[in-house]
Amino acid sequence: MSARERPLSAVPLWLWALLGTTLAVQIGLRAVGPPPAATAADLPPAPRAAALRAASLGEPAAAARLAMLYLQAFDLGAGNALPYSRLDYTRLRAWLRAIQDTDPRSAYPLFSAARVYAEVEDPARARAMLAFIHEAYREDPNRRWPALAHAALLAKHRLKDLPLARRYATDLQRLTTDPGVPLWAKQMEVFILEDMNELEAAKIMLGGMLASGRLEDPGERRFLKERLEELERRMASEQRRN
Amino acid sequence: MSPALLLARSTLLEARRSGLPWLVVGLLAAALGLAAFLSQVAVTEGRELQAALAAALLRAGAAFLLAAHVAASVVREANDKVLELALALPLSRSQYYLGKLAGYSAIGVGFAIAFGLPMLLWANPGSAALWSASLAAELLLVCAASLFFAVTLANVVPAIAATAGLYLLARSIAAIQLLASSPVVVESWTQRVARGAVDTVALLLPRLDAATRSEWLLYAPPAAGEYLAALGALLLYTALLCAAGLFDFHRRNL
Repeated sequence: MSARERPLSAVPLWLWALLGTTLAVQIGLRAVGPPPAATAADLPPAPRAAALRAASLGEPAAAARLAMLYLQAFDLGAGNALPYSRLDYTRLRAWLRAIQDTDPRSAYPLFSAARVYAEVEDPARARAMLAFIHEAYREDPNRRWPALAHAALLAKHRLKDLPLARRYATDLQRLTTDPGVPLWAKQMEVFILEDMNELEAAKIMLGGMLASGRLEDPGERRFLKERLEELERRMASEQRRN
Repeated sequence: MSPALLLARSTLLEARRSGLPWLVVGLLAAALGLAAFLSQVAVTEGRELQAALAAALLRAGAAFLLAAHVAASVVREANDKVLELALALPLSRSQYYLGKLAGYSAIGVGFAIAFGLPMLLWANPGSAALWSASLAAELLLVCAASLFFAVTLANVVPAIAATAGLYLLARSIAAIQLLASSPVVVESWTQRVARGAVDTVALLLPRLDAATRSEWLLYAPPAAGEYLAALGALLLYTALLCAAGLFDFHRRNL
């Protein structure tokens, strides 16, 4: 107690009671109330990239990543009434476009597009996402090639659309000039045409990414490892069925 | 020691005794904690997310803390008649004003060092140093703005509000100009007027969006020309605010 304060006994009893009661009521109300509801509403229309930049108050890198976390809340969160496979993909694509334009050097939007949103069962939605990845890749091939490489694999193995996979592979070979790109990506068309299953191809891709030092983020490593294990499980169960 | 330096020293002492260091520690803990938490939910770019978020929060928090401290300190001195007492001493108004500004600026430099150090967790030392030096220049501008508004408006809340308004507008004016220059519908005369108004306001504001950029920490340090231009613009605007503040202070009847 500092010299500037009077002892606690100077506080009237009714004030103690009022303080205790209001605090207990506050805690009680919060304890019995429902927990915060998961984001179940449909994705709102995307803002323009210029608006997102204006709202970022000169911090586009932070704003773009926060916007990605916001977008994630519409899919990855457990208990969502509206899983991402049923999201409005036109809006989703507009969101990803706006976020990518807000921070063109961020890999987050394309990573999510390739690894999360393009891996849905619905072919129309998957194609919309692959088209977005291809469009974004052409703007900055040397930075964005990993997303298109994965898109080519999805086109071949999930959509069974070999011409589309070859088109992506050809663009990947033609437009990516960075010498640090792994060999399998530089020869993507051969890689696509080779008779290997999705799991083998995914393992080679992941190994190549690790060897090229592109997978430094522990969260990304964990996420991709989980995806690989999931793929392994799925293929094993498919083999058992056959 | 010259009277202006004595004033600067007393300003630093006041900051140390007012609990400002604890607020700095609290801000650091909050920013780093929030950044660490959000990086856990990110599926990729966890390091970049932490750096960008911590840098953005610390930058804005430093500006707010400093502006509030300067405004409260100047207004309190005026209310306690410390200002009259100081000016009764052999001390010119310019010396008093610049002495106070030097003291507040030293606090700003201290903030920039304290908030620049955590950036070493995610960025290389060169980038972190450039970011920190830019933050120091930005906080110098905030000091000058807050001192100017506190002396001119003589009230804490209006002074903080005016400084915050100037700061936020200066950080977003380039994006607002971009919005105004690319309408989604056919341009009407009202839009042309609005764009003209935005462009006019922009003439009176510094380009804070070009300084202390978190991209320097995430990707690569800025080009020397770009960096020096950004810092030069901040220092020029600080000089302008200082001149405006001195102008008003010299005209005031105490």
